[in-house]
Amino acid sequence: MVLTRSQPTQARTRRRPTEGRRGLLARMPSWAPVLISIAVFLAAWQLLVTFGGISQLVLPSPLSVAEQVVIVTQQLFVGGFLAGQLWITVQEILLGFVLAVVVGVIVGIVVGLTSFGRRGIMPLFVLLDATPKIAFAPVFIAWFGFGIASKFLMAAFMSIFPIIVSTAQGVAAVEPDELKLFQSMKASRWDIFWKLRVHRALPYLFTGLKIAVVACLTGAVAAEFIGGGIGFGEQVRVAAARIALDRVFALIFFLSLLGLALFMSVAWLEKRLTFWNVRS
Amino acid sequence: MTTASTVVNDAAYSVTDVRHTYGTGTHALQDVSIELPRGSVTSLIGPSGCGKSTLLNILSGLLRPSEGHVEIFGRELDGPPVEVSHMFQKATLLPWRTVLENVLLPLELRDGKKAARKQKSKARELLKMVGIADFEAGYPHQLSGGMAQRAAICRMLVTEPQILLLDEPFGALDELTRERMDTELLRIVRDTGATAVLVTHSIPESVFLSDVVYAMSARPGRITRAIEVDLPHPRGEHTLADPRYLELINTVRQALDEGYRRGAHT
Ligand SMILES: Nc1ncnc2c1ncn2[C@@H]1O[C@H](COP(=O)(O)OP(=O)(O)OP(=O)(O)O)[C@@H](O)[C@H]1O
Ligand SMILES: [Mg+2]
Repeated sequence: MVLTRSQPTQARTRRRPTEGRRGLLARMPSWAPVLISIAVFLAAWQLLVTFGGISQLVLPSPLSVAEQVVIVTQQLFVGGFLAGQLWITVQEILLGFVLAVVVGVIVGIVVGLTSFGRRGIMPLFVLLDATPKIAFAPVFIAWFGFGIASKFLMAAFMSIFPIIVSTAQGVAAVEPDELKLFQSMKASRWDIFWKLRVHRALPYLFTGLKIAVVACLTGAVAAEFIGGGIGFGEQVRVAAARIALDRVFALIFFLSLLGLALFMSVAWLEKRLTFWNVRS
Repeated sequence: MTTASTVVNDAAYSVTDVRHTYGTGTHALQDVSIELPRGSVTSLIGPSGCGKSTLLNILSGLLRPSEGHVEIFGRELDGPPVEVSHMFQKATLLPWRTVLENVLLPLELRDGKKAARKQKSKARELLKMVGIADFEAGYPHQLSGGMAQRAAICRMLVTEPQILLLDEPFGALDELTRERMDTELLRIVRDTGATAVLVTHSIPESVFLSDVVYAMSARPGRITRAIEVDLPHPRGEHTLADPRYLELINTVRQALDEGYRRGAHT
């Protein structure tokens, strides 16, 4: 009764019947719920630190982290040392990711298009993908030294397996009806590859790329932790060694932003290139 | 080349003792022998699962029959031949291409992208003919089932093939649109002198379009009756009122009924 009075009838009939009653949640803009949970989380964290008797040395409060974020932002904008370190990390990630995509896609195509590849090699890559690859970081330092090479190669190593596996699955995942159509039109293997398989592989590839881009960042930072004294990861390590945890959190915040930006770029590209992939 | 054309052979297809059993053990076709004259329109009609699509796949060279052989224009069929255009039961439009790009696909594969682009007006004409010209820039997921089928028909016709294999081409269309499509299809086939083989579940459609209707029995599919359709050309709306048309519909219905019962007993 109350509901019917508070909602004009015209508005009710215009809605789809399956939608049912619209609560508070449904009436908010789509970004509002996540902002609310972030706010609640930060408030709870702040209360815990203020009234829970936890030392700021162990767990910095959100406010002191925010203060550090401002400081780090200023340092980055001035463009001095810290910005240089960030740039090193960005380079490592980009180099590693490009390397992983180029090599991963090529290897994935070869593996996915040959029956030996699918049966004999694919399981190996799936297995390798499941190993804790990060444990190889010291090996990469030992092999490639303390410079940027060991970092971007580690980043590539971390991200290449999901790319190989998803590409191989993608190029093998052709729709039988579409293959029949191409065969009936006497399409060459070349055309079947470029005009059919590539398109059908893209949604798979992007699933892999979104995992890979995050793994790439992890790989670069992990290698920076292990050795060499360069990059944003090294700054995190140094701050942690000084027990300046508020600064550690602020630096991690920036690394998260970097990861988010990378992920969003891949997701944006995915949306543009696989717009047709709508589920009916 | 010259020897082939000097051989007097009016058959587009001649199918001899074809049977087919799938790898799974399904016995789909049994003792099929038919001769399809050049320029003829033939319908295959029979209960669901009796092997009609299987036979069409054999005619298009996509499927090798387990036994028997198939000749096309007097030569042994071996793989998909150039003369044939096959429209499948499912429209199978490529979702990443616009409707127009889908229609141009066979030309693109045969003659290259540049040549295909020059044929856009022809593709547009076909789309207009089937009534979906407004959707040329749209993507397949924006089409209804019947519109997708019509786009697939355009894709089949764009290469002006000598042989058309159509698997329930108008299954998803309403009765009136279907009749209009039938009339258009028949006109095109007769204008170009193409040979057509059509699978349909509609008895009236099979009579309206065909020179011969083959009735098939339930699995394993066998041809139980061949019904000659002696309706005059050109056919159109007036044909639907022809008493002979109604008579033939009845004949086909009876033939199907027999085949169905015979299949059910074995
Ligand atoms: N690729 C396949 N592998 C195994 N069995 C198949 C295959 N394709 C079809 N069959 C079987 O062969 C039989 C005939 O199938 P077909 O598709 O030719 O029937 P149809 O006459 O076209 O039926 P409908 O009218 O329902 O389209 C069916 O029993 C089907 O299960
Ligand atoms: Mg069928």
